Amino acid sequence: MSETQRSDPPARIRQSYRDALREAHRDALRRDERVFLMGEDVGRYGGCFAVSRGLLDEFGPERIRDTPLSESAFVGAGIGAALGGMRPIVEIMTVNFSLLALDQIVNNAASLLHMSGGQLAVPLVIRMTTGAGRQLAAQHSHSLEGWYAHIPGIKVLAPATLEDARGMLWTALEDPDPVLIFEHGALYGVEGEIAADAGPVPIDRAALRRPGRDVSLFAYGGTLGKALAAADALAAEGVEAEVIDLRTLRPLDTATILESVARTHRALVVDEGWRSGSLAAEVIARIVEGAFYELDAPPARVCSAEVPMPYAKHLEDAALPQAPRIVDAARRLLGDAA
Amino acid sequence: MNREALRAAVLAALGDVAPEAELDRLEPAAELREVLDLDSIDFLRFVQHLAAATGIEVPESDYAQLATLEGVVAYLAARS
Amino acid sequence: MSEFRMPSLGADMEAGTLVEWRVRPGDAVRRGDIVALVDTDKAVIEVEIWEDGVVDELLVAAGQKVPVGTPLARLRAAGATPPPPAPAAVAAPRPTEKPGAAPRAAEAAAAPPAPPASAQPPVAPAPIAVEAAAAAAATRRVHATPLARRIAESLGVDVAALEGTGPGGAVTRADVERAASPPRAAVASAALAPPAAELRAARARQAMAAAMARSKREIPHYYLTTRIDLAHALAWLAAENARRALADRLLPAALLLRAVALAAREAPEMNGFFVDGTLRPAACVHLGVGVSLRQGGLVAPTLRDADTKNASVVMRELTDLVARTRAGVLRSSELGDATLTVTNLGDQGAESVHGVIYPPQVALVGFGRIAEQPWAHDGFLGVRPVVVATLAADHRASDGHRGSRFLAAVDRLLQTPEKL
Repeated sequence: MSETQRSDPPARIRQSYRDALREAHRDALRRDERVFLMGEDVGRYGGCFAVSRGLLDEFGPERIRDTPLSESAFVGAGIGAALGGMRPIVEIMTVNFSLLALDQIVNNAASLLHMSGGQLAVPLVIRMTTGAGRQLAAQHSHSLEGWYAHIPGIKVLAPATLEDARGMLWTALEDPDPVLIFEHGALYGVEGEIAADAGPVPIDRAALRRPGRDVSLFAYGGTLGKALAAADALAAEGVEAEVIDLRTLRPLDTATILESVARTHRALVVDEGWRSGSLAAEVIARIVEGAFYELDAPPARVCSAEVPMPYAKHLEDAALPQAPRIVDAARRLLGDAA
Repeated sequence: MNREALRAAVLAALGDVAPEAELDRLEPAAELREVLDLDSIDFLRFVQHLAAATGIEVPESDYAQLATLEGVVAYLAARS
Repeated sequence: MSEFRMPSLGADMEAGTLVEWRVRPGDAVRRGDIVALVDTDKAVIEVEIWEDGVVDELLVAAGQKVPVGTPLARLRAAGATPPPPAPAAVAAPRPTEKPGAAPRAAEAAAAPPAPPASAQPPVAPAPIAVEAAAAAAATRRVHATPLARRIAESLGVDVAALEGTGPGGAVTRADVERAASPPRAAVASAALAPPAAELRAARARQAMAAAMARSKREIPHYYLTTRIDLAHALAWLAAENARRALADRLLPAALLLRAVALAAREAPEMNGFFVDGTLRPAACVHLGVGVSLRQGGLVAPTLRDADTKNASVVMRELTDLVARTRAGVLRSSELGDATLTVTNLGDQGAESVHGVIYPPQVALVGFGRIAEQPWAHDGFLGVRPVVVATLAADHRASDGHRGSRFLAAVDRLLQTPEKL
């Protein structure tokens, strides 16, 4: 099992997801002088989601750098710095805005190692906010990480827990490939307990967050909490749902996914992305390819409604995967046995 | 009808109204409606079954005397 | 030619088990005839047919559970000639066989129909069930999950002979494993045997739980309470019952139901359904009447058109409904389309009840125990028999003002019992 589940923490502290991310930055900036953070408003303003608040005072303007509003330019600068031996962390405000830097990410960051015959590694980390649920409407709320998970040459992470928020960054910085970290916007304020000495975690495997025998719920990032809530509700009905946190969207940990299906024989993928061409589609395709003869029901998905994310609260709630919909979908998978 | 026959008729009427009740354990002085969980419709049907079995139509004003098994038997015995 | 389909006998019903056929192919039926018994998991219902005709073919065997809307039987117009018998090959091939395997199909036709026979409840008349099973097997492609097929192969079980309990009626691993251990299979399929009755009670509880959870999740309830003086009503009732034959005696419940029915006719926001985001008032008043079962659980059969029937008729129908609900034998027309539900705790009950609306209805009226209470009237304190009437209503469909007027109307109507 991963270090996220160590069983002998000497002490636990209360922290938010945001605090855990900040701790991760502080730790990385201290460990390696090649590490620096840049992005829109990360310095004086403390970061759009307050992740880097206080870091400017602590590490100075050389290492905490405010950039102009030009995603293409500062992601390109980050690629250049990585090629030049630095270990940059680039923060993009939301995944919607990252589309302005798509050329840099796909055509440069992801490709250079392969186009240079292995000579030019790009050890860059790009963090960005993804997902809906905060009434920020269709230009700030989408879940496009599934698109990035389509691209070879990069790694795509989705920390859903405090441990992963705290631990994924350093592992990502050590990776020779560009790594994209997607932080779900609804998670920043979520508080919980975490080991005081929590540290780096692996970024190459999914995690079993709740064992069960009747149905597997696959979730990541912002949908993990909803899947766990659905599993609680199902438990009250006598249905034991297993919850798998995908954690790493590229490369997918197919082995863990297939092992879970082999235990429960029923699969339900919860993905805040749109269903058509989604990450959920990829997970189900792998299940059908690799565990067809284990399936005791057709695999199912709960995804976002196929509309640009609405602004109105009730419409936004209705468009997103929610625990009751997950419970209903799981019940349908169980047929009369539920 | 003697008391034994009346008692049997009362138990049969109760059995029709509340088929799952364990009537052989029914205490003679137990409050029928409470112990057997009889609602007003059940009780009306009970009175109707009694009338069919014994010919005695109990007026509503006498319902209070039908509170227990021994009460019902005594009421019917006084009128048969 | 028309199809008789598995009816929806309640908003929460998704599938039903055909317990028994009351007709055979060739029987003439008339609108309103009871043609089958269906187990909805909540109760066994006598299902009526809604058109005249002649039963042409039974498509579903006794003991089979099928989704709402599944054709159960084919019906032809009276006087029409039956179609020519289907060629044997049609009735025979098992869905797992490859198309074009004609010789094997003929063998299968000659062989006795396999396992479904053992899965029938003892109450089913055997010849019809066998015919129907063969017909059903002929028209149905078996859906079995990949896991079920793999395990069936290793256990030597024929999935084509099984009834699926999975999504969409698919045969699942559990169905195969049950079939491979016969004693357990027998218990599970004997629809009316005592263990099944327990199972049904458990499922009824689950169905109720689902409906009530949905109600509390989706319906913004608001609650109103009013105390109603029943002195006039009960005095009238006592005098009336004193001159009535025992069989015709009235209970207060009949008056309460009548008052609600008449008030509901004037209150469209309380009487109808909330569907697709809007209130759909009902044109008639069908009262759902909460009936508690002695073994636990609650069923709310429908007293239809309660606003057009006088108190004597309502009393007679109520008595009949309660008796048959508790015996577990209701008709399809008595479930499912209530427009407003009334729950009456009766004289053994608590003082008041704040109910949970049965979706998609928009209101529920509750009556507590009738009890003597101090009552101020005209400057004097007296003692009156009082009932606490409550209204739980859907705030999407109405507001407290409308609800108050509705309860006031119930009160007003109860003050002139002779008109009820």
